[in-house]
Amino acid sequence: MQPIAMSAKDLSVSYGDSPAVRKVSLDFAAKQVTALIGPSGCGKSTFLRSLNRMNDLIPNCVVTGEIWIRDQDVNSPSTDVVSLRQKIGMVWQRPNPFHKSIYENIAFGPRYHGVKNKKKLDEIVEESLKKAALWEETKDRLHNSALALSGGQQQRLCIARSIAVKPELILMDEPASALDPVSTSKIEELIAELKQDYCIVIVTHNMHQAARVSDKTAFFLNGEVVEHDLTHNIFTNPQKPATNDYITGRFG
Amino acid sequence: MKAKTADKLATSIIVAVAAFIVLILAGLLGYILFRGLGHISFDFLTSAPETIRKGGGIGPQLFNSIFLLVLTMIITIPIGLGAGIYMSEYAPPNRITNSIRLIVEVLSSVPSIIVGLFGLLILVNMFGLGFSLFSGALALTVFNLPLMVRITEQALKGVPREQKEASLALGLSKWKTITSVMLPIALPVILTGTILAAGRVFGEAAALLFTAGMSSPRLDFTDWNPFSPFSPLNPFRPAETLAVHIWKINSEGLAPDAAQIAAGASAVLVITVLLFNFAARWLGRYMHRKFTAIK
Repeated sequence: MQPIAMSAKDLSVSYGDSPAVRKVSLDFAAKQVTALIGPSGCGKSTFLRSLNRMNDLIPNCVVTGEIWIRDQDVNSPSTDVVSLRQKIGMVWQRPNPFHKSIYENIAFGPRYHGVKNKKKLDEIVEESLKKAALWEETKDRLHNSALALSGGQQQRLCIARSIAVKPELILMDEPASALDPVSTSKIEELIAELKQDYCIVIVTHNMHQAARVSDKTAFFLNGEVVEHDLTHNIFTNPQKPATNDYITGRFG
Repeated sequence: MKAKTADKLATSIIVAVAAFIVLILAGLLGYILFRGLGHISFDFLTSAPETIRKGGGIGPQLFNSIFLLVLTMIITIPIGLGAGIYMSEYAPPNRITNSIRLIVEVLSSVPSIIVGLFGLLILVNMFGLGFSLFSGALALTVFNLPLMVRITEQALKGVPREQKEASLALGLSKWKTITSVMLPIALPVILTGTILAAGRVFGEAAALLFTAGMSSPRLDFTDWNPFSPFSPLNPFRPAETLAVHIWKINSEGLAPDAAQIAAGASAVLVITVLLFNFAARWLGRYMHRKFTAIK
Protein backbone atom coordinates (compact mmCIF):
# COMPACT_ATOMS: atom_id res chain seq x y z
CA MET A 1 0.00 0.00 0.00
CA GLN A 2 1.37 3.37 -1.04
CA PRO A 3 1.41 6.33 1.36
CA ILE A 4 -1.32 8.91 0.97
CA ALA A 5 -0.22 11.85 -1.20
CA MET A 6 -3.30 13.94 -0.78
CA SER A 7 -6.59 13.66 0.97
CA ALA A 8 -9.83 15.57 1.07
CA LYS A 9 -12.05 15.53 4.13
CA ASP A 10 -15.67 16.64 4.00
CA LEU A 11 -14.95 18.90 1.07
CA SER A 12 -17.91 20.96 -0.09
CA VAL A 13 -17.93 23.47 -2.91
CA SER A 14 -20.74 25.74 -3.94
CA TYR A 15 -21.21 28.44 -6.52
CA GLY A 16 -23.24 31.11 -4.81
CA ASP A 17 -26.22 29.22 -3.42
CA SER A 18 -25.98 26.12 -5.54
CA PRO A 19 -23.83 23.35 -4.12
CA ALA A 20 -21.62 21.50 -6.59
CA VAL A 21 -19.71 19.18 -4.30
CA ARG A 22 -21.14 17.91 -1.00
CA LYS A 23 -18.95 16.59 1.79
CA VAL A 24 -16.61 14.53 -0.32
CA SER A 25 -13.83 12.62 1.43
CA LEU A 26 -11.25 10.94 -0.76
CA ASP A 27 -7.66 9.76 -0.32
CA PHE A 28 -5.18 9.69 -3.16
CA ALA A 29 -2.24 7.36 -2.78
CA ALA A 30 1.19 8.18 -4.13
CA LYS A 31 2.19 6.49 -7.39
CA GLN A 32 -1.38 5.60 -8.14
CA VAL A 33 -3.91 6.81 -10.67
CA THR A 34 -7.34 7.67 -9.36
CA ALA A 35 -10.09 8.20 -11.92
CA LEU A 36 -13.06 10.40 -11.12
CA ILE A 37 -16.04 9.39 -13.21
CA GLY A 38 -19.66 10.45 -13.30
CA PRO A 39 -22.20 12.21 -15.51
CA SER A 40 -21.75 15.85 -16.59
CA GLY A 41 -22.41 18.31 -13.80
CA CYS A 42 -21.78 15.78 -11.05
CA GLY A 43 -19.08 17.94 -9.50
CA LYS A 44 -15.99 15.91 -10.39
CA SER A 45 -14.25 18.74 -12.26
CA THR A 46 -15.17 21.21 -9.55
CA PHE A 47 -13.73 18.83 -6.98
CA LEU A 48 -10.54 18.47 -9.01
CA ARG A 49 -10.16 22.22 -9.38
CA SER A 50 -10.49 22.65 -5.63
CA LEU A 51 -7.45 20.50 -5.01
CA ASN A 52 -5.04 23.17 -6.25
CA ARG A 53 -7.35 26.03 -5.35
CA MET A 54 -8.05 26.91 -8.97
CA ASN A 55 -11.56 27.74 -7.85
CA ASP A 56 -10.15 30.78 -6.07
CA LEU A 57 -10.35 32.44 -9.49
CA ILE A 58 -14.09 32.01 -9.69
CA PRO A 59 -16.02 34.73 -7.89
CA ASN A 60 -18.52 33.56 -5.26
CA CYS A 61 -17.19 30.03 -5.28
CA VAL A 62 -17.12 28.85 -1.68
CA VAL A 63 -14.99 25.90 -0.59
CA THR A 64 -15.32 24.36 2.86
CA GLY A 65 -13.72 21.29 4.36
CA GLU A 66 -10.15 20.16 4.45
CA ILE A 67 -7.60 19.15 1.88
CA TRP A 68 -4.29 17.82 3.11
CA ILE A 69 -1.15 17.45 1.12
CA ARG A 70 1.27 15.79 3.53
CA ASP A 71 0.90 17.94 6.65
CA GLN A 72 -0.16 21.08 4.83
CA ASP A 73 -3.75 22.27 4.90
CA VAL A 74 -4.48 23.45 1.37
CA ASN A 75 -7.47 25.57 2.33
CA SER A 76 -5.86 27.28 5.28
CA PRO A 77 -5.66 31.05 4.81
CA SER A 78 -1.99 30.96 5.74
CA THR A 79 -1.14 28.57 2.91
CA ASP A 80 1.03 30.09 0.23
CA VAL A 81 -1.07 29.30 -2.84
CA VAL A 82 1.80 30.00 -5.21
CA SER A 83 4.14 27.43 -3.70
CA LEU A 84 1.26 25.04 -3.15
CA ARG A 85 0.41 25.07 -6.83
CA GLN A 86 3.97 24.30 -7.73
CA LYS A 87 3.52 20.95 -5.98
CA ILE A 88 0.39 20.17 -7.97
CA GLY A 89 0.56 19.94 -11.73
CA MET A 90 -2.54 20.41 -13.81
CA VAL A 91 -3.58 19.40 -17.32
CA TRP A 92 -6.74 20.74 -18.95
CA GLN A 93 -9.26 19.33 -21.35
CA ARG A 94 -8.20 21.52 -24.22
CA PRO A 95 -4.43 21.70 -24.70
CA ASN A 96 -3.38 25.18 -23.59
CA PRO A 97 0.30 25.68 -24.32
CA PHE A 98 1.56 29.20 -23.79
CA HIS A 99 1.92 31.31 -26.90
CA LYS A 100 5.65 30.78 -26.74
CA SER A 101 8.24 28.42 -28.17
CA ILE A 102 8.30 24.75 -27.18
CA TYR A 103 11.42 25.38 -25.14
CA GLU A 104 9.96 28.42 -23.38
CA ASN A 105 6.76 26.58 -22.53
CA ILE A 106 8.76 24.22 -20.37
CA ALA A 107 11.56 26.49 -19.16
CA PHE A 108 9.09 29.17 -18.08
CA GLY A 109 8.06 27.55 -14.79
CA PRO A 110 11.49 26.34 -13.58
CA ARG A 111 13.10 29.66 -14.46
CA TYR A 112 10.55 31.48 -12.36
CA HIS A 113 11.20 29.09 -9.51
CA GLY A 114 14.86 29.98 -9.53
CA VAL A 115 16.68 27.88 -12.13
CA LYS A 116 18.70 30.49 -14.01
CA ASN A 117 21.52 28.36 -15.32
CA LYS A 118 21.06 27.84 -19.06
CA LYS A 119 22.57 24.36 -19.05
CA LYS A 120 20.39 23.27 -16.17
CA LEU A 121 17.32 24.62 -17.95
CA ASP A 122 18.30 22.76 -21.11
CA GLU A 123 18.50 19.59 -19.05
CA ILE A 124 15.09 20.17 -17.49
CA VAL A 125 13.54 20.80 -20.90
CA GLU A 126 15.06 17.64 -22.35
CA GLU A 127 14.17 15.52 -19.37
CA SER A 128 10.58 16.79 -19.21
CA LEU A 129 10.04 16.29 -22.93
CA LYS A 130 11.48 12.79 -22.70
CA LYS A 131 9.20 11.93 -19.82
CA ALA A 132 6.26 13.23 -21.83
CA ALA A 133 7.37 11.15 -24.85
CA LEU A 134 7.71 14.27 -26.96
CA TRP A 135 11.48 14.68 -27.17
CA GLU A 136 12.04 12.76 -30.40
CA GLU A 137 9.38 14.76 -32.23
CA THR A 138 10.48 18.16 -31.04
CA LYS A 139 14.21 18.10 -30.37
CA ASP A 140 15.02 19.72 -33.72
CA ARG A 141 12.52 22.54 -33.37
CA LEU A 142 12.56 23.47 -29.73
CA HIS A 143 12.46 27.15 -30.57
CA ASN A 144 9.47 26.99 -32.88
CA SER A 145 6.07 28.08 -31.67
CA ALA A 146 4.31 25.51 -29.53
CA LEU A 147 1.08 26.36 -31.33
CA ALA A 148 2.40 24.72 -34.49
CA LEU A 149 2.25 21.31 -32.80
CA SER A 150 -0.70 18.99 -33.29
CA GLY A 151 -3.38 18.78 -30.60
CA GLY A 152 -1.97 15.54 -29.16
CA GLN A 153 1.56 16.92 -29.15
CA GLN A 154 0.33 20.10 -27.48
CA GLN A 155 -1.31 18.06 -24.76
CA ARG A 156 1.90 16.11 -24.13
CA LEU A 157 3.74 19.43 -24.08
CA CYS A 158 1.32 20.62 -21.39
CA ILE A 159 2.10 17.50 -19.38
CA ALA A 160 5.83 18.10 -19.88
CA ARG A 161 5.32 21.68 -18.76
CA SER A 162 3.64 20.63 -15.55
CA ILE A 163 6.26 18.01 -14.63
CA ALA A 164 9.08 20.50 -15.30
CA VAL A 165 8.37 22.22 -11.98
CA LYS A 166 8.65 18.87 -10.17
CA PRO A 167 5.16 18.51 -8.72
CA GLU A 168 4.15 15.75 -6.35
CA LEU A 169 0.86 15.07 -7.99
CA ILE A 170 -0.81 15.83 -11.30
CA LEU A 171 -4.44 16.68 -11.81
CA MET A 172 -5.91 15.94 -15.23
CA ASP A 173 -9.26 17.26 -16.30
CA GLU A 174 -10.41 15.06 -19.20
CA PRO A 175 -6.95 15.26 -20.76
CA ALA A 176 -7.79 13.23 -23.83
CA SER A 177 -11.37 14.15 -24.60
CA ALA A 178 -10.37 16.70 -27.25
CA LEU A 179 -7.93 14.34 -28.98
CA ASP A 180 -8.07 11.72 -31.69
CA PRO A 181 -7.77 7.98 -30.78
CA VAL A 182 -4.05 7.71 -31.58
CA SER A 183 -3.18 10.75 -29.49
CA THR A 184 -5.48 9.47 -26.77
CA SER A 185 -3.68 6.16 -26.52
CA LYS A 186 -0.36 8.01 -26.36
CA ILE A 187 -1.65 10.07 -23.45
CA GLU A 188 -2.83 6.91 -21.73
CA GLU A 189 0.56 5.25 -22.17
CA LEU A 190 2.09 8.39 -20.77
CA ILE A 191 -0.15 8.27 -17.71
CA ALA A 192 0.95 4.69 -17.08
CA GLU A 193 4.58 5.87 -17.25
CA LEU A 194 4.09 8.92 -15.05
CA LYS A 195 2.37 6.89 -12.38
CA GLN A 196 5.75 5.50 -11.38
CA ASP A 197 6.70 8.91 -10.04
CA TYR A 198 3.52 10.82 -9.37
CA CYS A 199 0.13 10.57 -7.83
CA ILE A 200 -2.34 11.23 -10.64
CA VAL A 201 -5.98 12.24 -10.35
CA ILE A 202 -7.83 12.12 -13.64
CA VAL A 203 -11.34 13.20 -14.49
CA THR A 204 -12.72 11.31 -17.44
CA HIS A 205 -15.96 10.74 -19.26
CA ASN A 206 -14.56 7.74 -21.01
CA MET A 207 -15.20 4.67 -18.91
CA HIS A 208 -12.91 2.49 -20.93
CA GLN A 209 -10.20 4.99 -20.28
CA ALA A 210 -10.87 4.95 -16.56
CA ALA A 211 -10.75 1.15 -16.63
CA ARG A 212 -7.52 1.15 -18.61
CA VAL A 213 -5.45 3.76 -16.80
CA SER A 214 -6.58 3.93 -13.21
CA ASP A 215 -5.88 1.94 -10.08
CA LYS A 216 -8.80 3.32 -8.15
CA THR A 217 -12.02 4.90 -9.29
CA ALA A 218 -14.44 7.22 -7.57
CA PHE A 219 -17.94 7.51 -8.94
CA PHE A 220 -19.50 10.96 -8.49
CA LEU A 221 -23.20 11.66 -8.64
CA ASN A 222 -24.93 14.94 -7.74
CA GLY A 223 -21.86 16.24 -5.97
CA GLU A 224 -21.36 13.18 -3.82
CA VAL A 225 -19.06 10.20 -4.06
CA VAL A 226 -21.31 7.19 -4.46
CA GLU A 227 -18.58 4.64 -4.54
CA HIS A 228 -14.80 4.66 -4.26
CA ASP A 229 -12.88 1.45 -4.71
CA LEU A 230 -10.27 -0.34 -6.74
CA THR A 231 -11.01 0.24 -10.42
CA HIS A 232 -11.27 -3.48 -10.97
CA ASN A 233 -13.99 -3.79 -8.34
CA ILE A 234 -15.92 -0.78 -9.60
CA PHE A 235 -16.10 -2.13 -13.13
CA THR A 236 -16.65 -5.79 -12.37
CA ASN A 237 -18.50 -5.80 -9.13
CA PRO A 238 -19.99 -2.41 -8.17
CA GLN A 239 -21.63 -2.34 -4.78
CA LYS A 240 -24.18 0.39 -5.45
CA PRO A 241 -26.95 0.15 -8.03
CA ALA A 242 -26.28 3.71 -9.27
CA THR A 243 -22.69 2.82 -10.07
CA ASN A 244 -23.84 -0.24 -11.91
CA ASP A 245 -26.35 1.79 -13.91
CA TYR A 246 -23.72 4.33 -14.86
CA ILE A 247 -20.99 1.98 -15.94
CA THR A 248 -23.39 -0.12 -17.93
CA GLY A 249 -24.51 3.02 -19.72
CA ARG A 250 -28.02 3.22 -18.41
CA PHE A 251 -27.64 6.98 -17.82
CA GLY A 252 -25.05 9.74 -18.00
CA MET B 1 -42.75 34.04 -50.34
CA LYS B 2 -43.45 36.96 -48.08
CA ALA B 3 -40.47 36.21 -45.85
CA LYS B 4 -38.31 36.04 -48.92
CA THR B 5 -39.46 39.46 -50.11
CA ALA B 6 -38.87 40.96 -46.69
CA ASP B 7 -35.42 39.45 -46.65
CA LYS B 8 -34.59 40.90 -50.05
CA LEU B 9 -35.96 44.28 -49.08
CA ALA B 10 -33.97 44.36 -45.83
CA THR B 11 -30.81 43.32 -47.64
CA SER B 12 -31.14 46.03 -50.25
CA ILE B 13 -31.85 48.70 -47.63
CA ILE B 14 -28.79 47.68 -45.62
CA VAL B 15 -26.62 47.65 -48.75
CA ALA B 16 -27.95 51.07 -49.74
CA VAL B 17 -27.20 52.53 -46.29
CA ALA B 18 -23.70 51.07 -46.32
CA ALA B 19 -23.08 52.39 -49.82
CA PHE B 20 -24.31 55.82 -48.76
CA ILE B 21 -21.90 55.93 -45.82
CA VAL B 22 -18.98 54.75 -47.93
CA LEU B 23 -19.86 57.32 -50.56
CA ILE B 24 -19.91 60.19 -48.06
CA LEU B 25 -16.60 59.08 -46.59
CA ALA B 26 -14.98 58.59 -49.96
CA GLY B 27 -16.32 61.91 -51.17
CA LEU B 28 -15.07 63.75 -48.11
CA LEU B 29 -11.69 62.13 -48.28
CA GLY B 30 -11.42 62.61 -52.01
CA TYR B 31 -12.34 66.29 -51.73
CA ILE B 32 -9.81 66.96 -48.97
CA LEU B 33 -7.05 65.12 -50.78
CA PHE B 34 -7.95 66.61 -54.17
CA ARG B 35 -7.82 70.14 -52.80
CA GLY B 36 -4.77 69.66 -50.62
CA LEU B 37 -2.45 67.18 -52.28
CA GLY B 38 -1.26 69.66 -54.89
CA HIS B 39 -0.04 71.99 -52.19
CA ILE B 40 2.04 69.44 -50.31
CA SER B 41 5.74 69.61 -50.93
CA PHE B 42 8.84 68.98 -48.91
CA ASP B 43 9.19 72.71 -48.43
CA PHE B 44 5.59 73.01 -47.22
CA LEU B 45 6.11 70.24 -44.67
CA THR B 46 9.31 71.68 -43.24
CA SER B 47 9.21 75.49 -43.45
CA ALA B 48 7.72 77.86 -40.88
CA PRO B 49 4.38 79.60 -41.51
CA GLU B 50 4.18 83.17 -42.75
CA THR B 51 1.71 85.65 -41.30
CA ILE B 52 1.07 87.99 -44.19
CA ARG B 53 3.20 86.76 -47.05
CA LYS B 54 2.69 83.89 -49.43
CA GLY B 55 4.47 80.57 -49.26
CA GLY B 56 4.35 79.65 -45.57
CA GLY B 57 4.68 76.06 -44.43
CA ILE B 58 3.50 73.91 -41.53
CA GLY B 59 6.83 72.57 -40.28
CA PRO B 60 6.59 73.61 -36.62
CA GLN B 61 2.90 72.65 -36.43
CA LEU B 62 3.61 69.19 -37.77
CA PHE B 63 6.45 68.80 -35.32
CA ASN B 64 4.26 70.09 -32.46
CA SER B 65 1.50 67.61 -33.28
CA ILE B 66 3.90 64.69 -33.26
CA PHE B 67 5.71 65.84 -30.14
CA LEU B 68 2.46 66.45 -28.31
CA LEU B 69 1.31 62.98 -29.27
CA VAL B 70 4.50 61.47 -27.91
CA LEU B 71 4.15 63.43 -24.65
CA THR B 72 0.52 62.36 -24.30
CA MET B 73 1.44 58.75 -24.88
CA ILE B 74 4.24 58.90 -22.33
CA ILE B 75 1.67 60.02 -19.76
CA THR B 76 -1.22 57.80 -20.83
CA ILE B 77 0.34 54.45 -21.60
CA PRO B 78 1.74 53.64 -18.13
CA ILE B 79 -1.31 54.97 -16.27
CA GLY B 80 -3.75 53.41 -18.71
CA LEU B 81 -2.04 50.05 -18.65
CA GLY B 82 -1.88 50.07 -14.88
CA ALA B 83 -5.52 51.04 -14.49
CA GLY B 84 -6.60 48.54 -17.16
CA ILE B 85 -4.72 45.73 -15.44
CA TYR B 86 -6.29 46.71 -12.14
CA MET B 87 -9.79 46.81 -13.60
CA SER B 88 -9.42 43.49 -15.33
CA GLU B 89 -7.46 41.44 -12.82
CA TYR B 90 -7.54 43.00 -9.37
CA ALA B 91 -10.74 44.99 -8.95
CA PRO B 92 -13.31 42.96 -7.01
CA PRO B 93 -16.63 42.65 -8.85
CA ASN B 94 -18.63 45.08 -6.74
CA ARG B 95 -20.42 48.40 -6.83
CA ILE B 96 -17.28 50.50 -6.48
CA THR B 97 -15.63 48.84 -9.46
CA ASN B 98 -18.75 49.33 -11.52
CA SER B 99 -18.91 52.99 -10.64
CA ILE B 100 -15.24 53.42 -11.56
CA ARG B 101 -16.04 51.83 -14.90
CA LEU B 102 -18.96 54.20 -15.36
CA ILE B 103 -16.85 57.23 -14.52
CA VAL B 104 -14.23 56.14 -17.03
CA GLU B 105 -16.92 55.81 -19.70
CA VAL B 106 -18.30 59.25 -18.91
CA LEU B 107 -14.84 60.77 -18.97
CA SER B 108 -14.30 59.58 -22.51
CA SER B 109 -17.46 61.26 -23.73
CA VAL B 110 -16.93 64.71 -22.23
CA PRO B 111 -17.04 67.26 -25.08
CA SER B 112 -13.52 68.27 -25.98
CA ILE B 113 -14.13 72.01 -25.70
CA ILE B 114 -15.16 71.45 -22.08
CA VAL B 115 -11.93 69.59 -21.45
CA GLY B 116 -10.09 72.49 -23.08
CA LEU B 117 -11.76 75.08 -20.84
CA PHE B 118 -11.24 72.89 -17.80
CA GLY B 119 -7.58 72.66 -18.77
CA LEU B 120 -7.41 76.43 -19.08
CA LEU B 121 -8.85 76.88 -15.60
CA ILE B 122 -6.97 74.17 -13.77
CA LEU B 123 -3.76 73.48 -15.64
CA VAL B 124 -2.96 76.75 -17.34
CA ASN B 125 -4.10 79.15 -14.63
CA MET B 126 -4.41 77.38 -11.32
CA PHE B 127 -1.29 75.24 -11.62
CA GLY B 128 0.42 77.97 -13.62
CA LEU B 129 1.58 75.67 -16.38
CA GLY B 130 0.69 78.35 -18.93
CA PHE B 131 -0.10 77.62 -22.56
CA SER B 132 2.26 74.77 -23.00
CA LEU B 133 2.75 71.38 -24.56
CA PHE B 134 2.56 69.91 -21.09
CA SER B 135 -0.86 71.42 -20.41
CA GLY B 136 -1.99 70.20 -23.82
CA ALA B 137 -0.71 66.71 -23.16
CA LEU B 138 -2.52 66.57 -19.83
CA ALA B 139 -5.76 67.76 -21.45
CA LEU B 140 -5.43 65.11 -24.15
CA THR B 141 -4.76 62.54 -21.46
CA VAL B 142 -8.31 63.15 -20.26
CA PHE B 143 -9.64 61.64 -23.51
CA ASN B 144 -6.94 59.17 -24.09
CA LEU B 145 -6.80 57.63 -20.65
CA PRO B 146 -10.34 56.19 -20.64
CA LEU B 147 -9.71 54.65 -24.06
CA MET B 148 -6.44 53.19 -22.88
CA VAL B 149 -8.02 51.75 -19.72
CA ARG B 150 -10.88 50.20 -21.64
CA ILE B 151 -8.63 48.80 -24.35
CA THR B 152 -6.32 47.20 -21.79
CA GLU B 153 -9.15 45.84 -19.69
CA GLN B 154 -10.93 44.28 -22.64
CA ALA B 155 -7.74 42.91 -24.16
CA LEU B 156 -6.89 41.17 -20.87
CA LYS B 157 -10.44 39.90 -20.44
CA GLY B 158 -10.12 38.40 -23.92
CA VAL B 159 -7.19 36.22 -22.91
CA PRO B 160 -8.43 32.61 -22.66
CA ARG B 161 -8.95 31.58 -19.06
CA GLU B 162 -6.95 28.39 -19.56
CA GLN B 163 -3.85 30.42 -20.33
CA LYS B 164 -4.10 32.25 -17.05
CA GLU B 165 -4.89 29.07 -15.14
CA ALA B 166 -2.01 27.20 -16.75
CA SER B 167 0.41 29.80 -15.51
CA LEU B 168 -1.08 29.95 -12.01
CA ALA B 169 -1.10 26.16 -11.79
CA LEU B 170 2.64 26.13 -12.43
CA GLY B 171 3.00 28.11 -9.23
CA LEU B 172 3.58 31.49 -10.82
CA SER B 173 2.46 34.60 -9.02
CA LYS B 174 -0.44 36.61 -10.28
CA TRP B 175 1.78 39.48 -11.33
CA LYS B 176 4.15 37.21 -13.25
CA THR B 177 1.16 35.56 -14.89
CA ILE B 178 -0.16 38.93 -16.01
CA THR B 179 3.15 40.25 -17.32
CA SER B 180 4.57 37.11 -18.90
CA VAL B 181 1.55 35.19 -20.10
CA MET B 182 -1.46 37.46 -20.41
CA LEU B 183 0.04 40.74 -21.61
CA PRO B 184 1.91 39.15 -24.54
CA ILE B 185 -1.34 37.60 -25.72
CA ALA B 186 -3.24 40.83 -25.21
CA LEU B 187 -0.53 42.98 -26.75
CA PRO B 188 -1.74 43.00 -30.39
CA VAL B 189 -5.16 44.23 -29.27
CA ILE B 190 -3.67 46.80 -26.89
CA LEU B 191 -1.28 48.06 -29.53
CA THR B 192 -3.94 48.38 -32.21
CA GLY B 193 -6.20 50.23 -29.80
CA THR B 194 -3.41 52.53 -28.71
CA ILE B 195 -2.58 53.52 -32.26
CA LEU B 196 -6.23 54.20 -33.05
CA ALA B 197 -6.47 56.34 -29.91
CA ALA B 198 -3.33 58.13 -31.05
CA GLY B 199 -5.05 58.98 -34.32
CA ARG B 200 -7.79 60.70 -32.39
CA VAL B 201 -5.31 62.68 -30.31
CA PHE B 202 -3.49 63.74 -33.43
CA GLY B 203 -6.58 65.33 -34.91
CA GLU B 204 -7.84 66.97 -31.73
CA ALA B 205 -8.18 70.75 -31.82
CA ALA B 206 -10.81 72.08 -29.43
CA ALA B 207 -9.16 70.80 -26.27
CA LEU B 208 -5.86 72.31 -27.30
CA LEU B 209 -6.98 75.86 -28.16
CA PHE B 210 -6.76 76.94 -24.54
CA THR B 211 -4.16 74.52 -23.24
CA ALA B 212 -1.35 74.08 -25.75
CA GLY B 213 -2.18 77.49 -27.14
CA MET B 214 -2.61 78.96 -30.60
CA SER B 215 0.91 80.12 -31.26
CA SER B 216 4.41 78.76 -31.40
CA PRO B 217 7.57 80.61 -30.52
CA ARG B 218 10.09 80.88 -33.33
CA LEU B 219 11.55 77.43 -32.97
CA ASP B 220 15.24 76.93 -33.40
CA PHE B 221 15.61 73.44 -34.80
CA THR B 222 19.31 73.43 -34.02
CA ASP B 223 18.71 73.86 -30.30
CA TRP B 224 17.83 70.49 -28.75
CA ASN B 225 18.24 71.48 -25.11
CA PRO B 226 14.78 70.81 -23.66
CA PHE B 227 15.15 73.68 -21.19
CA SER B 228 15.82 76.40 -23.72
CA PRO B 229 12.67 78.43 -24.50
CA PHE B 230 13.18 78.20 -28.26
CA SER B 231 14.03 74.53 -28.32
CA PRO B 232 11.46 72.36 -30.09
CA LEU B 233 11.83 69.83 -27.28
CA ASN B 234 10.90 72.19 -24.46
CA PRO B 235 7.62 70.77 -23.08
CA PHE B 236 6.75 74.02 -21.32
CA ARG B 237 6.55 76.18 -24.41
CA PRO B 238 3.28 77.00 -26.18
CA ALA B 239 2.68 74.90 -29.23
CA GLU B 240 0.14 75.26 -31.99
CA THR B 241 -0.65 71.87 -33.48
CA LEU B 242 -1.62 71.08 -37.04
CA ALA B 243 -5.33 70.79 -36.27
CA VAL B 244 -5.33 74.07 -34.35
CA HIS B 245 -3.37 75.70 -37.16
CA ILE B 246 -5.98 74.67 -39.70
CA TRP B 247 -8.69 76.15 -37.56
CA LYS B 248 -6.73 79.36 -37.03
CA ILE B 249 -5.77 80.16 -40.60
CA ASN B 250 -9.24 79.29 -41.75
CA SER B 251 -10.81 81.75 -39.33
CA GLU B 252 -8.24 84.51 -39.15
CA GLY B 253 -5.45 83.76 -41.61
CA LEU B 254 -4.00 86.87 -43.25
CA ALA B 255 -1.68 85.24 -45.75
CA PRO B 256 -2.96 85.48 -49.33
CA ASP B 257 -2.63 81.72 -49.77
CA ALA B 258 -4.33 80.88 -46.46
CA ALA B 259 -6.98 78.76 -48.17
CA GLN B 260 -4.39 76.63 -49.94
CA ILE B 261 -2.34 76.25 -46.77
CA ALA B 262 -5.43 75.13 -44.86
CA ALA B 263 -6.24 72.66 -47.64
CA GLY B 264 -2.71 71.31 -47.70
CA ALA B 265 -2.55 71.05 -43.92
CA SER B 266 -5.91 69.26 -43.85
CA ALA B 267 -4.66 66.76 -46.39
CA VAL B 268 -1.53 66.15 -44.31
CA LEU B 269 -3.66 65.65 -41.21
CA VAL B 270 -6.03 63.23 -42.92
CA ILE B 271 -3.17 61.28 -44.47
CA THR B 272 -1.44 61.00 -41.12
CA VAL B 273 -4.57 59.75 -39.37
CA LEU B 274 -5.12 57.27 -42.20
CA LEU B 275 -1.55 56.10 -41.81
CA PHE B 276 -2.20 55.54 -38.10
CA ASN B 277 -5.20 53.42 -38.93
CA PHE B 278 -3.42 51.34 -41.53
CA ALA B 279 -0.42 50.94 -39.26
CA ALA B 280 -2.71 49.72 -36.48
CA ARG B 281 -4.36 47.15 -38.72
CA TRP B 282 -1.13 45.95 -40.19
CA LEU B 283 0.61 45.73 -36.84
CA GLY B 284 -2.34 43.98 -35.23
CA ARG B 285 -2.46 41.40 -37.97
CA TYR B 286 1.32 40.98 -38.01
CA MET B 287 1.50 40.42 -34.26
CA HIS B 288 -1.49 38.13 -34.24
CA ARG B 289 0.25 36.02 -36.84
CA LYS B 290 3.52 36.14 -35.01
CA PHE B 291 2.05 35.07 -31.68
CA THR B 292 -0.45 32.47 -32.75
CA ALA B 293 1.36 31.44 -35.74
CA ILE B 294 2.71 28.47 -37.43
CA LYS B 295 6.14 29.98 -38.06
